[in-house]
Amino acid sequence: MSHRTLGKEETRGNGAGKDAGTPRSGDGLSGGHPLPPPPPAHRYIGKSVLRTDGWEKVTGAAKFVDDIEFGPSLLHAYVVESPYAHAEIVRVDTAEAEKVPGVVKVVTGRDFTQKFGLYMKDRYIFARDRVRFVGEQVAAVIACDPKTAMRAAKLVKVEYKELPPVLDPVKALDKKSVLLHPELGEYPHVPWFFPKAGTNVAHWRKTRKGDVEKGFKEADLILEDTYTVPRYAHCAIEVHGAVGLYDAAGRLTVWTASQSPFTQRHGFAQALAPLGISHKDVRVVTPYIGGGFGGKAGVSMEIIGAALATTVQGHPVKVMWSRAQEFYNTYQRQGVVAKLKLGVRKDGTITALEHTLYWDAGAYVEYGANVVNAVGLSATGPYRVDNVKIDSVCVYTNLPPGGPYRGFGYSEFGFGLESHINRMAAELKIDPVDFRRRNAIKGGDTLCYGAHMNPCGLDEAIEKAAKEIGWGKKTKPKDPRKARGKGVVCFWKAPAMPPNASSSAFLKFNEDGSLNVLISGMDMGQGLLTICAQIAAEILSVPPAKIRVETPDTDRNPYEWQTVGSHVTWGCGNAVKKAAIDAREQIFDLVQRTLNLERDTLYLEDEKVKCRTQPDFGLAFKDFVIAGIEAEDHTFKGGPVMGRGMFMPEFTSAISDPETSQGGHPNVHYTTGAAGVEIEIDRETGKVKVLKAVLAVDLGKAINPDLCRSQVTGGLLQGLATVLYEDMRFSEKGKLLNANFSDYKIPTALDVPDEIVPILIEVAQPDGPFGARGVGEHTMIPAASMIANAVEDALGIRIKSMPITAEKIALALKKAG
Amino acid sequence: MKKHTISLKVNGVARTLEVEPSDLLNEVLRDKVGTKSVKVGCDRGDCGTCTVLLNGRAVRSCLVLAAEADGSDILTLEGISKEGGAALQKALHKRNSFQCGFCAPGMILSAHELLRKNPHPTDADIREAIAGNLCRCTGYTPIVEGIADAAKGGK
Repeated sequence: MSHRTLGKEETRGNGAGKDAGTPRSGDGLSGGHPLPPPPPAHRYIGKSVLRTDGWEKVTGAAKFVDDIEFGPSLLHAYVVESPYAHAEIVRVDTAEAEKVPGVVKVVTGRDFTQKFGLYMKDRYIFARDRVRFVGEQVAAVIACDPKTAMRAAKLVKVEYKELPPVLDPVKALDKKSVLLHPELGEYPHVPWFFPKAGTNVAHWRKTRKGDVEKGFKEADLILEDTYTVPRYAHCAIEVHGAVGLYDAAGRLTVWTASQSPFTQRHGFAQALAPLGISHKDVRVVTPYIGGGFGGKAGVSMEIIGAALATTVQGHPVKVMWSRAQEFYNTYQRQGVVAKLKLGVRKDGTITALEHTLYWDAGAYVEYGANVVNAVGLSATGPYRVDNVKIDSVCVYTNLPPGGPYRGFGYSEFGFGLESHINRMAAELKIDPVDFRRRNAIKGGDTLCYGAHMNPCGLDEAIEKAAKEIGWGKKTKPKDPRKARGKGVVCFWKAPAMPPNASSSAFLKFNEDGSLNVLISGMDMGQGLLTICAQIAAEILSVPPAKIRVETPDTDRNPYEWQTVGSHVTWGCGNAVKKAAIDAREQIFDLVQRTLNLERDTLYLEDEKVKCRTQPDFGLAFKDFVIAGIEAEDHTFKGGPVMGRGMFMPEFTSAISDPETSQGGHPNVHYTTGAAGVEIEIDRETGKVKVLKAVLAVDLGKAINPDLCRSQVTGGLLQGLATVLYEDMRFSEKGKLLNANFSDYKIPTALDVPDEIVPILIEVAQPDGPFGARGVGEHTMIPAASMIANAVEDALGIRIKSMPITAEKIALALKKAG
Repeated sequence: MKKHTISLKVNGVARTLEVEPSDLLNEVLRDKVGTKSVKVGCDRGDCGTCTVLLNGRAVRSCLVLAAEADGSDILTLEGISKEGGAALQKALHKRNSFQCGFCAPGMILSAHELLRKNPHPTDADIREAIAGNLCRCTGYTPIVEGIADAAKGGK
């Protein structure tokens, strides 16, 4: 195992390797002291405490970016968009728009020369020479009120020369295809990307393990097929928005609805480098956000708010996306064409896997290329495969930019892989659950890039999911026009992060012994503020209700890379835990030197410092954490107690052999699990009703089980919608046709499965806070493939392209006769 | 553009406001009255985040012109505690019903209207009542449970 554990940070004091400052029997303490009875294992960890932000949210006190008041100097921006998927910009004429009363400024690509991007700098703030998707920002009008800005934007004249749009990722690979980015070879990018200059291939991740030719020779059955997954939209109920203020003194503050305040600060500072502005003078404030799901990660439209602010110094300027813009100009989940070849022995052992994925990555891949990268490293699924060949290919197309979406590519490849497994199991007459049991990955197994698998409870998840869904037991529909089917699948996912992604936390005691904890991990609903309060509570014996965890402000909260990849419970949680331990150690230091109590006898309980050798001693935090402790000479010692904690996964590395991906350690760990579903299908209409869904996930430790179960109910429904009815449609010219909730259906309260059963499995993550690892994205990943398998179980029809709508099922039934 | 003067009672407080003919009720409530619990999610009546009670009935305030609402009595989440909604809020809080909370104001107003008309709703009644309020985080079940708890305990 190459994983390191934390733990070392706790070597001072009495609790080496322990989570709390409270001693337990058998921890090697010196004899002779009367030990108090061992406290309960955890007081606040593993408890479904109420959300610390819950009351703010049910009272309307919670403020989102559009709710912040900026006063009468606030200006409003409206963006001029490209009507073409692919065109050269010949001329932009802003004269008429500038004449409109109330218009302050019209900004175009001429005003901003820097490219930006998270992993590859491949786009401008406003299109300069050409546009690459319908809806791309070409100019913006800044005016005193939103309606004037909108009216004036219609007067900006842009002359285009249309180019042929490239809309299909496979056709885009043709040597004769039009190129979207002729200057691709010049784009700066992270060292683990491999763009192919002179083509539309922005990145190509190759992973090779063992000998696939040999593996296929050893197989008794080989099956090859192609699966397709289209694009999807996040549909957070709050749209993106940003307000920028470049003040008279030259400080830039941007209020954003974002998962990534520090990544945005860095991105803004880099993109606006010609202004000579230092990171210290760029401030990003992120209040509560109304859902993220990856769509509010990185830097997308917020760069417009930052850039526009610099053109109207002294005035805050607001840009809010409409629902339509939310669909086509943030990030979309990328589509994929996945070619899969799997070799299996008669006993069900997988001998070889060849997985080639062509991603429809859109016009700019500055973030989306890392989805492609992550899949290229993990498209075996959670199975032991000795011989692997994966090619994950990131292809530019003239569709909206692809990017992160809950699951980060794992839902997409899982659809094909888990479908394929069922088909092969059927041909070999092996129960598909047995097939998965046989091949399921285990802790210590060698991953396809050479590193080793973390401890995992996949076996237990398979057993529990299969049992709960009643695997092997057929139930009969009451209505003969209906058919029932079941599906069970496995899933996994690792956070996709640069190797030096880090988290940090500050923790401050208040006069009454309550706490404010500062982090820059974002609570977009998953409950990070609450679980960070629980972690600090556990270490310091302060109830979570007395702990306020703040939303990010880069001026005062410490660094966090981004809240993505289901990594913040683990990463940010570790930082908070270290900050709490730091504060605890300061408290012990102070009590030892002022009250002459032996440090090793001290522990924290019920918001007090206590001493094992003096049962009557109990010093309440409120009596010293700010004011200090009074000494015999009436001087005061100590002062405000503040903890700090940092966490970086120092064992990771993204650099490996570009031809094989061997040699690095790109992923910190995987969360694994299994899920099952029972559905009933109307044979006449093809409509699927989900009777029951179960999802068993090994999250290491459920710090707040109720919040973990909420991830399951919410994530599963989001995943079920992608397979059952969400259906993005583009015109032949690349225009999104259904950028609204009437035509792009997301689930309502009436579209929920009759029963959802979350099963939480706890095989501890050695380097996680109290053993925890992430669970946010994983709950969405198995939904599509288990529906595909259940449809096949019910009707004998295998559908190989998502979504599996009622229409598609009905047509397939008709065709089958 | 010619301005209109309208009178509204918002959360029990009478207001006289100058509005443009094209101003939407949700814009006026947010920008001129300051009731920011009224959210904007789609501006076409699809998402339900701008739900308010207009003369006791739940409406999407993005589909109502402010001028049309002249003379009406409006309840937003800010005012709901005074109307006896506190038990509903407490029940939802106790269930950890919301995640991001952006849909909460509209959802609570729809539930508030339901419980006034139908103090003992079934699960199906609750789901029907909030079917016009979209939530992307929770899978709805914790919200439905919270509303059911309020109906059992709050009366």
